[in-house]
Amino acid sequence: MTSALELINLRKSFGQTEIIRGVDLSIAPGERHAIIGPNGAGKSTLFNLITGRFPQTAGVVELNGQNLAGKAPFEINRLGLSRSFQITNIFPKMTVFENVRCSLLWSRGYQYSFWNLVSNSQELTEAADAILEQINLTSRRNLPAGVLSYAEQRALEIGITIAGGANVIMLDEPTAGMSHSETDYITDLIMKVTEGKTLIMVEHDMGVVFGLADKISVLVYGEIIATGAPEEVRANPRVQEAYLGAAMEAH
Amino acid sequence: MRMLMPWIVGAIVLLVLPIFFGGRSQLTIMSQMSITVVFALAYNMLLGQGGMLSFGHAVYMGMGSFLCLHVMNMSSFGSFPLPLLPLLGGVFGLLFAIIIGSFSTRSAGTVFAMISLGIGELMAALVLIVTVFFGGEEGISGYRDEGLPFFGIEFISNLEVYYLIAIWMFIAVALMYLFSRTPVGRMANAVRDNPERAEFLGYSARRVRFVSFAVSGFFCGVAGGLSAILFEIATESDLNVTASGVILLVAFLGGIGFFWGPIIGAVVFTLLQTVLGLQTHLWELYLGVVFVGMVMFFPAGLSGIIMAHVPAAKMGKLGTLVGPYLTCVLPGILGGLGLAALIEMIFHVRSGAEGEHHMVLFWIDFSTHDVLPWLVALAVAVIGIGLAVRNAPNFKAAWENASTLPEAA
Repeated sequence: MTSALELINLRKSFGQTEIIRGVDLSIAPGERHAIIGPNGAGKSTLFNLITGRFPQTAGVVELNGQNLAGKAPFEINRLGLSRSFQITNIFPKMTVFENVRCSLLWSRGYQYSFWNLVSNSQELTEAADAILEQINLTSRRNLPAGVLSYAEQRALEIGITIAGGANVIMLDEPTAGMSHSETDYITDLIMKVTEGKTLIMVEHDMGVVFGLADKISVLVYGEIIATGAPEEVRANPRVQEAYLGAAMEAH
Repeated sequence: MRMLMPWIVGAIVLLVLPIFFGGRSQLTIMSQMSITVVFALAYNMLLGQGGMLSFGHAVYMGMGSFLCLHVMNMSSFGSFPLPLLPLLGGVFGLLFAIIIGSFSTRSAGTVFAMISLGIGELMAALVLIVTVFFGGEEGISGYRDEGLPFFGIEFISNLEVYYLIAIWMFIAVALMYLFSRTPVGRMANAVRDNPERAEFLGYSARRVRFVSFAVSGFFCGVAGGLSAILFEIATESDLNVTASGVILLVAFLGGIGFFWGPIIGAVVFTLLQTVLGLQTHLWELYLGVVFVGMVMFFPAGLSGIIMAHVPAAKMGKLGTLVGPYLTCVLPGILGGLGLAALIEMIFHVRSGAEGEHHMVLFWIDFSTHDVLPWLVALAVAVIGIGLAVRNAPNFKAAWENASTLPEAA
């Protein structure tokens, strides 16, 4: 079976500095995979390489067996990969409903057409409302997205990310900067909306990681030092030494 | 049906306006207004809807205008119906926008703005160089009534021209509105707000900008064709950077945040330009002051000011604003008029003909060598502005009270 996502000896340098130093990783369809590691390990860079935000220096990224080299973000998205951002990345002046509806347009085949009126499409309206229901923002439907609370914006961001129906979902620190109750809420939400999809996420909160992930990879200085089920990773002495020791004891 | 109401009302207004304003110059002003509406909305397709600030958009209107005049000068124009001419202008604007847009829409922001400015300057310079097409400083002129009569109409009278332009304006506005509701029109907003996010939703930000740019070019060309019909001449001043600056001003004055904002801007601007322009040489000064004040204090423009009243109206609290309006805004306007009177009088003394002391201002005939008019103007200015400043905190408080929901009991 082809992996949902396959990284082969992926490398990225900024000038002289090599940030990602040969990453090999294979993520099976339907897997929930967390990438953890200390600050500056290159987690966000890895995300940006996979999603086409930066070009890689060397190595291969394959999505469902298809090489992503040289593809722009919008092309990668059309192949079935969708992502969220560490810093909230929504359309602040548009309403919550429109944010979601725009995320549906491409995958529903509307493309660049100017012979369709989006407000006339029952299908689009229903699908967007269904997603709002899922992320519990129905009551905020007609507000500009920019006025929502932080946690609501994060939920909207997840809604936008999943709306297109991509089967590989990448979330970059979905609970960063949240209170405990907000974190629990977003964790449940992620669980619910990524049902049956491949989930890859970067996360600092170990509670979220161990609650959600089937598999964990530990990235340290641009290299993956361990990959495996949560229990294996937890027990790995190299991981404990490099990064997890303190956090594990606290957990 | 409720959605169609504004359109029906608009159509009726356009239809009956000539009954009330039937004079030659009034019809010309209304025609000019209609053309500016089309141009301003096409411009706002980029600025307001797509987040692209163009400093050279008169180029696309001007090109449409020049092409249409060349068509009017062709010997075969006699077999071409005039009402279809703006369509040719539109196609030409579209083609030109496709060429320029293919490289200028790579990014929004400063790069786009600078390219548009460069193209604007370039075209203005070309007008004086390529005299075969642009006719040099005299420009190109023609006669609209040499076209094929359209169901017997030859478009000689201003009324016929007004209706032709008004119908085109109505169609163009409707089409531009519909465009803003299409998938690509919606995505233009998304790309404006956050181009990177839009890319991760499967849309190429560049392609979305390019489509908006091309469509905008089409409607600019239509406006150019209408202008060729109305004025029967196109010159360098139709496509230079000044003309591009004016349309930016018009769009901003009306407000770029709402689709219909630039319509208000176009109407108000044309009135200022034509009606105020007849009254005073200094109209551009006042326009400049209004524009700066607008950008500083009401960046959402006239449409933004109007829409800011909607929450208060919905809560039934519009009535509470009448008092504050009378004590703050009205004195402010009167004070501004007083100040304008002072400026006009100084201008009259400095630039009027030798020995000419009489002037008429606000329908009052007086001599600028008397002291009283100066005192009156000064008093109105000082008292009016003073009252406005004094009552401003009250106004602000009343405004906030009227537009926020009462605390939950």
